[in-house]
Amino acid sequence: MKSKSGKDKGSAKLPLSRRSFLKGAALTSAGAVAAVATLGHLAHADASASPLPAGVAEQLGPGPVDIELKINGASHHLAVEPRVTLVRALREHLGMTGTKLVCDRGSCGACTVHLDGQPVTACMMLAVDGRGHEITTIEGLGNPDRMHRVQDAFVHTDAMQCGFCTPGMVMSIAAALEQNSTADLGAIRNSVAGNICRCGTYPHVFAAALKVARANRGAKGSA
Amino acid sequence: MSRRVTVNLGIPQAPREVTVVIPDDEPTPWQLGDRFTIVGVETPRVDGPAKATGTAHYTYDIALPGMLYGAIVRSPYPRAHVNSVDLSAAKRLAGVRAALQITDGEIRFAGQEVAAVAATSSDIAVDAIRLIKVDYQPMPFVVDMDSAAAAGAPSVFSGSNVGGAKTLSEGDVERGLSQAANRIEATYTTPVQTHVSLETHGAVAQFDGGALTVWCSTQGVFSVRDDLAVLFNLPPDKVRVISEYLGGGFGSKFGATPDIVIAARLAKESGAPVKLMLPRGDEHLATGNRPSSEQKVRMGADANGKLVAIDLAQRGSGGIGGGSGSSGPFKLVYPCPNVRTSETNVFMNTGPASPMRAPGWPQGTFALEMAMDEMARKAGIDRLEFRRANNTNPIRAIELELGARAFGWTQDSASKKSAGPVRRGTGVACAAWHALGASGPEALAIAHRDGRVEIRCGTQDIGTGTRTALAVVAAEELGLPIAQIATEIGDTRYPFSLPSGGSMSSPSNTPAIRQAAAHLKDKLFKIAAPMLGAEPADLEARDGVIRVRFDPSRKVAFIDLCRRIPGDSISAGGDRIPNYASYRPDQAGCQFAEVEVDTETGVVRVKRVVAVHDAGTIIDPLTSRSQINGGVLMGIGFALFEDRRMDPNLGLMMNPTMDDYKMVGSLDVPQIDVMFLDVMNGGTNTGVLGIGEVAHVASAAAVACAVSDAVGAPVRELPLTPDKILAALGHG
Repeated sequence: MKSKSGKDKGSAKLPLSRRSFLKGAALTSAGAVAAVATLGHLAHADASASPLPAGVAEQLGPGPVDIELKINGASHHLAVEPRVTLVRALREHLGMTGTKLVCDRGSCGACTVHLDGQPVTACMMLAVDGRGHEITTIEGLGNPDRMHRVQDAFVHTDAMQCGFCTPGMVMSIAAALEQNSTADLGAIRNSVAGNICRCGTYPHVFAAALKVARANRGAKGSA
Repeated sequence: MSRRVTVNLGIPQAPREVTVVIPDDEPTPWQLGDRFTIVGVETPRVDGPAKATGTAHYTYDIALPGMLYGAIVRSPYPRAHVNSVDLSAAKRLAGVRAALQITDGEIRFAGQEVAAVAATSSDIAVDAIRLIKVDYQPMPFVVDMDSAAAAGAPSVFSGSNVGGAKTLSEGDVERGLSQAANRIEATYTTPVQTHVSLETHGAVAQFDGGALTVWCSTQGVFSVRDDLAVLFNLPPDKVRVISEYLGGGFGSKFGATPDIVIAARLAKESGAPVKLMLPRGDEHLATGNRPSSEQKVRMGADANGKLVAIDLAQRGSGGIGGGSGSSGPFKLVYPCPNVRTSETNVFMNTGPASPMRAPGWPQGTFALEMAMDEMARKAGIDRLEFRRANNTNPIRAIELELGARAFGWTQDSASKKSAGPVRRGTGVACAAWHALGASGPEALAIAHRDGRVEIRCGTQDIGTGTRTALAVVAAEELGLPIAQIATEIGDTRYPFSLPSGGSMSSPSNTPAIRQAAAHLKDKLFKIAAPMLGAEPADLEARDGVIRVRFDPSRKVAFIDLCRRIPGDSISAGGDRIPNYASYRPDQAGCQFAEVEVDTETGVVRVKRVVAVHDAGTIIDPLTSRSQINGGVLMGIGFALFEDRRMDPNLGLMMNPTMDDYKMVGSLDVPQIDVMFLDVMNGGTNTGVLGIGEVAHVASAAAVACAVSDAVGAPVRELPLTPDKILAALGHG
């Protein structure tokens, strides 16, 4: 199964009041966890933050906090309240509306972005926790004139109907093929197990991914 | 002025000449033997790159300068009197620009709109609605159908909650039943299903002077415009509604729904543009649902396996809404001399029903086809043979044949028995629909001096590929590559069109597009004719070139011809004229399903579905296949998973989320084989039929029949969750 966790790489999680914002998040089907500020973040906190003793959480908010996010290779400065999720920061603060907000609890995958190359649901992560990471959104993958291979395959296999789940589907498939360029149908099904499509376009999503995987296999075979 | 045309319609195996009288300016209907360049070719949807790259702009993505964010306070009680609403604390919160009371009367379902705010950020809007104090007087309520229908139940409106039964009768059902060699009687139930469009309902509304502009996630821009014009007392030309892209609707997004009206009221109150998109939970509660059903079916067949009586007594509840009837399939699919259907609607204190993908038909087809299986078993006839024996539609006969062969249908046999805990089962179900479309739509075709062609039509693309279908038809008529056609839709500034529902979009719009393109071609031919020394009637347009038919060396490229256009562009309109004679008035379809049932856990897996359908002229097999896949998968969800659960003590929906309301995910997807039977249906100049609903009608039924086959006993209550499977197996 796909692991769509936020930032949780073994560092100790510390209780923070703003965590209550995400209460109820533990019920999510995609296995996302509430991202909390960790000591690991402090290295990336804004310059004005004073060093804290070990074991003490970084205190942010409740008002807007100046943060820097690295998105699609570019640096973005914005002021957000700590409770603002990454998907809302992208959409409402930075105007990057390609990433869709659908369930707001990590159960549908529509807001999938890449965090340091890993697929995460941007509704289950706070924008402030995006500091210090390389974030890739659907806008960073390609554009209509220069589409990513996965996007091109989605178009040619008609792996979309209303299109609202499509950016999330594309991001999940792209990450899966990045990790396993010749993924088979089983691996592809698993990679979008957290992405819901109400139009029922899954068969064509599989076809799109398999098209790219087959091409990769061919390229490997001839190399 | 009109002309008489005889066209060759139907299928090559069974063609039929049909003579129609059509206006002079109506193109000759497409018919058997016509050779197409792009119609019927797999064409990737024209807006695919925009959707795949996240650059398609949905209502949810609209941002205007100075835009506020709206939020709605909803009743936490299923029935209550609103004594007072105190907006003062919300209004004092920094960033709040407007606060409104929406209702002052009786609350009839949990989730009903009570008040609304607009604020400078979505977070402040959410903070503000928490500051609104509502004094509710809770009242007795009912949220299950039995309680609602019982004598003395709290009234949802006034008087009894049970609506007057609508009964239709042909022949004499009781006599038919009494004379039948075999009879069955059983009751089938289906749950309430919610639409769960991924883009929630919502709008961005802006007042500018005396004009209102609304971007909204709607299936009908003109129906929203007309509703808003009345509500805000504006002339229709002062209301503009735009829906360039929308993230699904499935029938729940017609007209000015409360979210749209509230967004516009907040915009008026605040003097700023307001964006109001519903949170996910609200979408489950208040924006529509497919009503439940309880269907008591009695059926009789004679000794030869012919149906002699069908009797349906149905009741269902769409909460505070009506329209729960499911009799459609009973009256159409298997013709029978004695048919009686009675439909009753029960009101209860839950959110209002709205149309949902083939309203009534998936419920009715489930009950009808389960009954057909029970009847066939009782009569000792193969289930497919029983259906064939009672089918009179020649198209469906061919479809059943094709499907059975592709599926490898065999009589119930030892091959299904297995030593292990997993049992295999098969099912077949038939679909019908009426999707010939209607008159009303208009279209405009514009050729520019640079060779670009624009098609404008105020329809919407709800994800079916309408935009692409229109472009294909224009490209075919004008002999151009599809890349040269730009299709502009989803705006009330474009020529009128109908709401996208009832599988009406393609059959209603493509004939208007074709007529507009043909008229544009006529105008261009008039410019080309003197250049080529020919009469306009002698010209043809193909592969981007205008040629003289009898002397192809005399030609001019379309793009060069466009340079001769006086001014910047030349345009022509097209109308959708009323349907004329067609090959068939309806459409058929059938679906076969194979399932595996784990007898230890009760878990069902659908392994394979074969779907055979006709949809008149198939404009684009690629996007058509997408729609069939979608219909099948939504049907599997209806059969196995989807169920709106109400808490009877609190009157609240227990699962208004996308994890607790379970839908089909990637791991639930079977192999789906889609087959189209090409039927040149006529009736319009394109002969196109809609396909979105017929794709969904039989899916749940086929799966349910297969599950009962595997279990070895009918399981008559959807969804077919493990507890019900185990109970049917005697492990309950």
